[in-house]
Amino acid sequence: MAPNWSKSVMEERLYQTNDLMRDGPLDAMKHLMHRSPSFQLCLLAVLIGFVAHQRAGFAATDHWPELRAAMVQTIKGYAATLPETAGTGGISDNVLNVMSEVPRHRFVPKRVEHRAYQDRPLPIGHGQTISQPFIVALMTELLKVNRDAKVLEIGTGSGYQAAVLAGLVEAVCTIEIIPELADTATGILKDLGYDNVQTKIGDGYLGWPDCGPFDGIIVTAAAGHVPPPLIRQLKPGGRIVIPIGGVFGPQYLTLVEKTAGDELQTRQVLPVRFVPFTRGSP
Amino acid sequence: MIPHVALAVISAAVLAYEVLLVRLFAIVQWHHFAFMAISIALLGFGISGTLLAIWQEWVKLHFTKIFAACAILFGVSALVSFLVAQALPFNALAVVWEPAQLLYLPIMYLLLVVPFFCGATCIGLSFVRFGDEAGRVYAFNLIGSAVGALGIIGVLFVMTVQDALKLVAILSLLSAAVISLQERWGLRSVLVTGYGILALVIWAALPDAWFALRISEYKELASVLKITGTKVLSERSGPLGLLTVVESPNVPFRYVPGLSLNAEALPPDQLGVFTDGGSMTAVTRFDGQREQLTYLNYTTDALAYQFTTRPSVLVLGAGGGRNVLQAVYHHAKHIDAVELDANMVRVVQQDYAREAGNIYSRPDVHVHLAEARGFTASSQRQWDLIQIPLLDASGGGIHGLSETYIYTAEAFSGYIERLRPGGWLSITRWLKLPPRDTLRLFATALDALRGSGVEAPENQLMLIRGLNTTTLLVKNGAITETEIARARGFAQARSFDLCYHPQISADEANRYNILETPYFFAGTKALIGTERDSFMSHYKFDVAPVTDEKPYFFNFLKWRHLPELLSIQRSGGAGLLELGSLILVGTLVQATILSALLILAPLWIRRRSLAGFGQLWRVAGYFLALGLAFLFIEIAFIQKFILFLSHPLYAVAVVLTGFLLFAGIGSGVSSSIAERIDNWHKTHPGRMPYLSAIQFSVAGIITVSLIYMLILPTVFAALLSITDTGKVLVSLLLIAPLAFFMGMPFPLGLSRVWSGAPALVPWAWGVNGCASVLSAMLATLIAMNFGFSVVIWAAAIFYACAAAVFVRPLDAS
Repeated sequence: MAPNWSKSVMEERLYQTNDLMRDGPLDAMKHLMHRSPSFQLCLLAVLIGFVAHQRAGFAATDHWPELRAAMVQTIKGYAATLPETAGTGGISDNVLNVMSEVPRHRFVPKRVEHRAYQDRPLPIGHGQTISQPFIVALMTELLKVNRDAKVLEIGTGSGYQAAVLAGLVEAVCTIEIIPELADTATGILKDLGYDNVQTKIGDGYLGWPDCGPFDGIIVTAAAGHVPPPLIRQLKPGGRIVIPIGGVFGPQYLTLVEKTAGDELQTRQVLPVRFVPFTRGSP
Repeated sequence: MIPHVALAVISAAVLAYEVLLVRLFAIVQWHHFAFMAISIALLGFGISGTLLAIWQEWVKLHFTKIFAACAILFGVSALVSFLVAQALPFNALAVVWEPAQLLYLPIMYLLLVVPFFCGATCIGLSFVRFGDEAGRVYAFNLIGSAVGALGIIGVLFVMTVQDALKLVAILSLLSAAVISLQERWGLRSVLVTGYGILALVIWAALPDAWFALRISEYKELASVLKITGTKVLSERSGPLGLLTVVESPNVPFRYVPGLSLNAEALPPDQLGVFTDGGSMTAVTRFDGQREQLTYLNYTTDALAYQFTTRPSVLVLGAGGGRNVLQAVYHHAKHIDAVELDANMVRVVQQDYAREAGNIYSRPDVHVHLAEARGFTASSQRQWDLIQIPLLDASGGGIHGLSETYIYTAEAFSGYIERLRPGGWLSITRWLKLPPRDTLRLFATALDALRGSGVEAPENQLMLIRGLNTTTLLVKNGAITETEIARARGFAQARSFDLCYHPQISADEANRYNILETPYFFAGTKALIGTERDSFMSHYKFDVAPVTDEKPYFFNFLKWRHLPELLSIQRSGGAGLLELGSLILVGTLVQATILSALLILAPLWIRRRSLAGFGQLWRVAGYFLALGLAFLFIEIAFIQKFILFLSHPLYAVAVVLTGFLLFAGIGSGVSSSIAERIDNWHKTHPGRMPYLSAIQFSVAGIITVSLIYMLILPTVFAALLSITDTGKVLVSLLLIAPLAFFMGMPFPLGLSRVWSGAPALVPWAWGVNGCASVLSAMLATLIAMNFGFSVVIWAAAIFYACAAAVFVRPLDAS
């Protein structure tokens, strides 16, 4: 009775319909005609909705740098809405520069490559997603790490967050629990020459003592509580960033800071500026 | 008689299928999704009515064959449609990012419309064929439906949902077999044998793999099973949910919501228990060593234990036993653990008793199979601590549509009554930013205390917040200086923030987990002060206390703030959107368009060929009003009875059965009552103004439902503690008179149409189906915004309108 959705089956199902549109609506129509008649009507309805949505993707695949630049502009726009507690003063140029170089499209399944720079999370199979670019930028920014820092990432996922960190710090150690995801991400990171990233398959709750201690720890999978082993592996002055919320977007981020005197302080950051107490206005 | 029996059997199958779909979709997707699919599937009834209207002469001639064909098609498509629908790549969670996902919904609707269309055709066909005895046909239809709705709940106690689905298909074959008894002998035996073989094939020969439930990969169970080494140890299936027990040796479960950063001790090994593939709870390995449980003193819900010594504890919603263990750790002298789902108790008490350290069989632990409100109302005991743990997953706003009676002001008063002097009520919720649940609980507690005659309720409340949980404490008595000092020590040692107590100050409330704005402190301060009303009306979410009349605890959406929420969803605000109400309105719009398109448009196009078309508006108006009103009352009563019968599923089954059964009886006797009324008027001319049977029944409905509005809360409060069987009987008794009258207007109206404008009979059926599609959603929307009483008033007005429309007889020309 356990669900048996292999990666390929799952992606097949998620993107079956998108495939039809990849070569343009006319080809897609021909494609449809080969389907059984009962499917035609159903898929037609979907098609109409998808066509507009997809058009940007058809032409764009040769223009990755432009798409990345546009993505960075979007992030800048959102950064202006960040609340004070984020303590970031927006997203720094360092982070934005790195994000305008990391080829995000390489970290998503081929089928959704053309949507890699859209402002949204994308499914990468196994019930996991690659985070929305703005959230990647914000979480990286919140870590406030220097060039010579060592960072631990819990939840490699696609490997994109690790790649962004690799451009900013000296060493990144990243742990993934699902073997298939870890293997894919390791391969991509290696292909792209990120040799300051170490990956391993394992239980992120226990951290990676042999790799630590760390200046920053970034947890990309929402947890019920902050794992105590991670706190032990954090250097004084270091920070942990953990998102709390659903699969397709965090509700808020939690930031744990360890002071020089080994004291802990946490801050809870709403990514958006949202004012629930406006009096007198409707 | 044969066609009537066949009709009753297929009616049972259709209703059983409807209830079953709710369970199936709750497992593979999320429950709100089932609600949508089924509302739309009702369209099948409307579409079938339309087609019957157009081809009625032809179908009458081939009644037996069409009936049999539709019954078989219903059975086959009931299986196939669900299996295909669950394989669609629809992902409800991604809708914010990809509105095009919504386009999968029409496909889902089209799939599910097929079985309902076939089933409805069998029923509608019977009305076309035997319209002159509408009351009798309607009675068989309703009684069959009643048996199906209640029977399937019983079936789910003994078999899996998949087997129940096969059973529905087999039931439809039985209906086809019954109708074939009308055929000549030779053909009859061939058909019956054929159906028998087909039934055997469905039951025994189809591969199990076809029926494997494909749980959404974004549900917790699916993602846990991706981890190497995890395996499903066992499953227990029941009408309240499918429980899956999972072991994860490589990456242990560490389910401790709200554990403090300062906790050194970790939980021992755990087994994960998932309800319908989500809502995880854990069974913790416990070998009797108290020290193993130290971590349970490092969560926000441990605060109340700082003020008690050897307390007697009541845990409402014991689940896997976490809060029972917590009580054991704190030397509770008597622990009552209340759990609704018998299967959950069996998992902890029998299946994994050894792993769980036999906690549910300890002499100091008393397990009760009951619902929280019912248990507290019926118990004579009082406790030092009543603990309401985290009861549901932290899903993003999808619970907005479900009514919850454990968090209402009436519920709070009940809990407080059961506290010893100086005792504590402790309620834990997930932390949300900006706060929603927590402020609503705080406001509700204030109201409940005030209602119990407490003059300064603000002196009896305390609120604490960790990284992802908040716990609200309500004391039966004023909180003392010593208690505040202890709470401060507790919070400091765990880096938790006290957000409210009688001596709170701003700098104390935002010390460890720093928030941009001290939302909780500011919110609770506003709620106890004079600016309470202005705060509630200006806050971006609805945090007003909930009552039994409008028990939608999770509905935080304020419509006027929707544009703002939509505008910030991409810059990190997706989690702020409460989806429940939006989904409901979206579905209502879709359903209105689809029903106009599929039910009314075809009839309108063919209007010239329908005799008696001039009467159309009166016929349509009458059956529209009836369709809306019948379900309004039924739904309002289902909601009202959830409180009394403890669980939505029991309420649906008992109320539906009651309404169908007694409406069936009312329908069956409607024509003879009409005759008697007419005779009485003939024999007593001028004694009373003429009252038709329709007016008589409508007067009955309005009188009884308005009386119930007044007396039901009192009746329920008085009888909340009787046995379950007793409650079912009382419910049926209460429903009987109302449903009896409600069964009459439909067949009485139908026979008027039959004699006045027979071509419009299928129209009546179609419009009625259309109204039913809309009314379920409309009723929920009205209840969420205005309360159940308004739904019942609206129904009374609709019934009055229907009676008014049919005062004058239909013109036979």
